[in-house]
Amino acid sequence: MNLLLVKQEIINLKKMEKTINITLKVWRQAGPKAKGAFETYKLENISTDSSFLEMLDVLNEQLIRERKEPVAFDHDCREGICGMCSLYINGHPHGPDSAVTTCQLHMRKFKDGDTITVEPWRSAAFPVIKDLMVNRNAFDQIIQAGGYVSVNTGGVPDANAIPIPKPVADEAMDAASCIGCGACVAACKNGSAMLFVSAKVSQLALLPQGKVEAARRAKAMVAKMDELGFGNCTNTGACAAECPKSVSLSNIARLNREFICAKLKD
Amino acid sequence: MWLINSSIGRKLIMSISGAALVLFLLFHATMNLVAIISEDGYNMICEFLGANWYALVGTVGLAVLVLVHILYAFFITAQNYRARGNKRYAVSTRQQDVEWASKNMLVLGIIIVLGIGLHLFNFWYKMQFTEIMHSAGASINDIAKATDGVYWIKQTFSCPVYVVLYLVWLGALWFHLTHGVWSALHTLGWNNNTWMPRVKCISNIISTLVVLMFVSVVIYYGLASLGCCGSSCCAA
Repeated sequence: MNLLLVKQEIINLKKMEKTINITLKVWRQAGPKAKGAFETYKLENISTDSSFLEMLDVLNEQLIRERKEPVAFDHDCREGICGMCSLYINGHPHGPDSAVTTCQLHMRKFKDGDTITVEPWRSAAFPVIKDLMVNRNAFDQIIQAGGYVSVNTGGVPDANAIPIPKPVADEAMDAASCIGCGACVAACKNGSAMLFVSAKVSQLALLPQGKVEAARRAKAMVAKMDELGFGNCTNTGACAAECPKSVSLSNIARLNREFICAKLKD
Repeated sequence: MWLINSSIGRKLIMSISGAALVLFLLFHATMNLVAIISEDGYNMICEFLGANWYALVGTVGLAVLVLVHILYAFFITAQNYRARGNKRYAVSTRQQDVEWASKNMLVLGIIIVLGIGLHLFNFWYKMQFTEIMHSAGASINDIAKATDGVYWIKQTFSCPVYVVLYLVWLGALWFHLTHGVWSALHTLGWNNNTWMPRVKCISNIISTLVVLMFVSVVIYYGLASLGCCGSSCCAA
């Protein structure tokens, strides 16, 4: 009896499942030096329950069946944590949904018959490797320049031994939610990495363990950011508006404070 | 030199020069309001400032501030253009919560600079510059007019084309300031999550106040020249 009910439930769910037909305009580029161009693909019967990356998987299976080169795109955890997925979808980094990564974007956000344009991040500091994959090594270099605590912290201290006010801990945690995906740079008309750098500086500068090296860190990370060719921040707020983790623009004010104070003390 | 070499240093120069110019605008706009309240009072201020040493020092200081602000704006924009790379997005949409002005500061700035050129021609050239030339020994026919600010205001705004040009200029200034004021404070580090909406609100109030004070003089004397209101009408 129960088995019959489950079977019936599955049949009902399949009846409820909605599918859409879409047209994809995807940026194809054979390599870093190759000249890229958009290619158009038709996809039929895409489940609205599938994620955007699953839809791209369907496209790649279709391309492989047609003996064509599949589309290269970055992805890893597919649950909005790793920061690997990117994609500039219909004029938005990570697509039209707010506060989600591309892997968390679902096809229900699109309508039947829609044309979806998919581009890689566009920034001089993020060169295209292939198709939709970009080299975000610049972020790693910025972290290497100072995004760490270099003192020996020893064992885990008692939670009450280093009291941190709740609002400060919350702010540090919010800044630490940055996954380093690069959407801020992709969204910025200046190609600035200030939101990323400010989040990384803030998450450490706000806490006692990171405060010790706050001045050195701010100077080193900003210097590396400038050296790598990122643009100057003009406070448009596009970075925070498109950030999949809703990292706040006020982190940039904190970075400015940390940096200016550090330079004035020199 | 970190004020030139680092991105935050360059922004700091932009914010400090911009903030100083906003303070000057507040002073200038307040001074202009006197022209509506008392024509004689306004001319007294013009005479007090004139080509005295403190006014000349102030003028040179202002010119330096404007020049630094403009040069850094072009310098920063060129760097930012390079940072975006050679390829542009095929599809670009307007992000929610992103002010239009913040993305068009250079264009607005260019309109403002053109307006400053017109303003200098309409007033500074005929007033302070004439006084300087007079002091230098040049023969000036009617030197009294050089400190008659109200005369030049009436002369300028009796022409509807100038009224429209000044209103467009002041519109661009309003948009520029709505982003510029809070952005300057943000760059100086005077912002956080709690203060962000407050700082933006204060910025909008300052921008609107400054521009309304300037606009009121343009409208008042523009209408007065048509005989609709104002001192000429009242005197009649």
